[in-house]
Amino acid sequence: MGSFGIFKMVTGWALSKPATRLYPFVKREPYAGTRGSIEIDIQKCTFCTLCQKKCPTEAILVKRQEKIWEIDRLRCISCNACVDACPKNCLRMLTGYSPSVTARTVDSFAQEQLKSAAEASKTAQ
Amino acid sequence: MADTLLTIDRSELLAKVKELKAAGNRLVQISCTLAEEFEITYSFDKDLALTNVRVMVTKADPVVPSITDIYLCAFAYENELQDLFGLTVPDMKLNFNGNFYMTAIKTPFNIATKKQEAQ
Amino acid sequence: MAQRTIVPFGPQHPVLPEPIHLDLVMEDETVVEAIPSIGFIHRGLEKLAETKDFQEMTYVAERICGICSFIHGQGYCQAVEDLMNLQVPQRAKYLRVIWGEMSRIHSHLLWLGLAADAFGFESLFMHSWRVREKLLDIVEETTGGRVIFGSCKVGGVRRNIENEKLKSITLELKNIEKMSREITEVFEKDGSVKRRLAGTGVLSKDDAYALGAVGPMLRATGIASDTRKRGYAAYGELSWEPVVETAGDCYARCLVRAREVYQAFDLIYQAIDKIPDTEIDVKVVGNPPAGSESFMRLEQPRGEVVYYLKGSGTKFLQRFRVRTPTFANIAPMVVALKGCQLADVPNIVLTIDPCISCTER
Repeated sequence: MGSFGIFKMVTGWALSKPATRLYPFVKREPYAGTRGSIEIDIQKCTFCTLCQKKCPTEAILVKRQEKIWEIDRLRCISCNACVDACPKNCLRMLTGYSPSVTARTVDSFAQEQLKSAAEASKTAQ
Repeated sequence: MADTLLTIDRSELLAKVKELKAAGNRLVQISCTLAEEFEITYSFDKDLALTNVRVMVTKADPVVPSITDIYLCAFAYENELQDLFGLTVPDMKLNFNGNFYMTAIKTPFNIATKKQEAQ
Repeated sequence: MAQRTIVPFGPQHPVLPEPIHLDLVMEDETVVEAIPSIGFIHRGLEKLAETKDFQEMTYVAERICGICSFIHGQGYCQAVEDLMNLQVPQRAKYLRVIWGEMSRIHSHLLWLGLAADAFGFESLFMHSWRVREKLLDIVEETTGGRVIFGSCKVGGVRRNIENEKLKSITLELKNIEKMSREITEVFEKDGSVKRRLAGTGVLSKDDAYALGAVGPMLRATGIASDTRKRGYAAYGELSWEPVVETAGDCYARCLVRAREVYQAFDLIYQAIDKIPDTEIDVKVVGNPPAGSESFMRLEQPRGEVVYYLKGSGTKFLQRFRVRTPTFANIAPMVVALKGCQLADVPNIVLTIDPCISCTER
């Protein structure tokens, strides 16, 4: 091959389509099983706190009395342990990563109290 | 290929290591566990068979002889014993005297963390 | 006597993937002695095992290093399974082999790129990493993550790869193998690579054995020692031989790693052929018993790694100790640096495949 053995490969790539994507104009489709970020269907949650116990980085905080479920996005390592542990299947792993942030905040989800709304409409009747 | 474990006295260590070297073993690792005493384990391997030699050292007398005369590569492990556990290894070739691992807290394995004290 | 100067190398240097410091004692352009100094990336992960649930510790073990992450997780899980006498199902063992070998291919392609960058061959570096991206796509498809696989757990694996998926992966892997041949052919045949690497950092057979070298450092001197021959996971049921070279210099280590890429592809095809249809995990009940110990040895891309675990009867382990291959290769590297020219120092330091975050967990 002598001294310039890479010549064939380099010219081949120089004359063909580039191997890189023109991000952000062309976005990459993630695979179906990619671990990105956690989403919760808060209405199905029973606040059993199993996800909080299984989380290895203590990113999840479950407030039983106020019926609030919180996650610190920057602590979450997208390991899927909470999704596996949830008995009601209300947690889901999305394929998109959680976006960059400029301050350390916590995402909070509160369950709507539909029961009390139904009772209020009953007493009104 | 079963592993063997022998527990010997600190004074017999150098003779045993010389014997293992003459038999064609190579040094795999030196590790230490701290419970009531320091439990130092030297592991040697030949043809995928592991031989472990264990030496118990008390907290009152934390000194263990150096094997760098026999196996030069042991200097990295013995410096780690000095830096993380607070043991003293005299006669070591390439002794960094506590500066091999630059940790914020000295001898971190020899102190209990706040979480452990709470348990 | 020539004038002696001391040149500091690292912790920040363009060729180093991770920080290590070397004090090079030089006489004119020749290195007389090299004094290593580590501790820039010590995170105290071994101490963390004393206060973290042993099953959650898998996630920490995987994150000891980014390049060799899967095999760290596998080694930790195998050591805990040894402590608790758990029998992992066959399919889980084969899946661990498949992922482990993919991890080895990606690590060696990464190293080939870094080695090319170290002696200035940037286009070869970019092309090696382009091929590696294709492999990381397969990893993401099967495990969910590109670098941290997250697929090993105590008792088996967390995800299954169905048999149809395995067939489609085989076709993609054959394509990647063809692309890798273009890269490794340049390493094997190009004259400039050979002129730069051959004859530097020579380590003799006896020196390498006595100094405790592991992995490709040892196999490049002629000693056929590969920890996968112990037969853990499913390696005992596949047929393969360790890759050996005899020259003992940087060029020989480069060839060993290039050939191990093809050995890894061959192992994956064999594993996909033979994989049985069983469960993928077994239930874990209880804690590691008090006083139980385990020495688990695996073969990482960089060499032999030793996991020493000691159970305490509670859900916290009494001791978790990892002896990584780069830690064992520091002494041979320091000896190999004696007598070389200053311009060869980056090549020799890279030739042990330094993974310093493993070294100083």
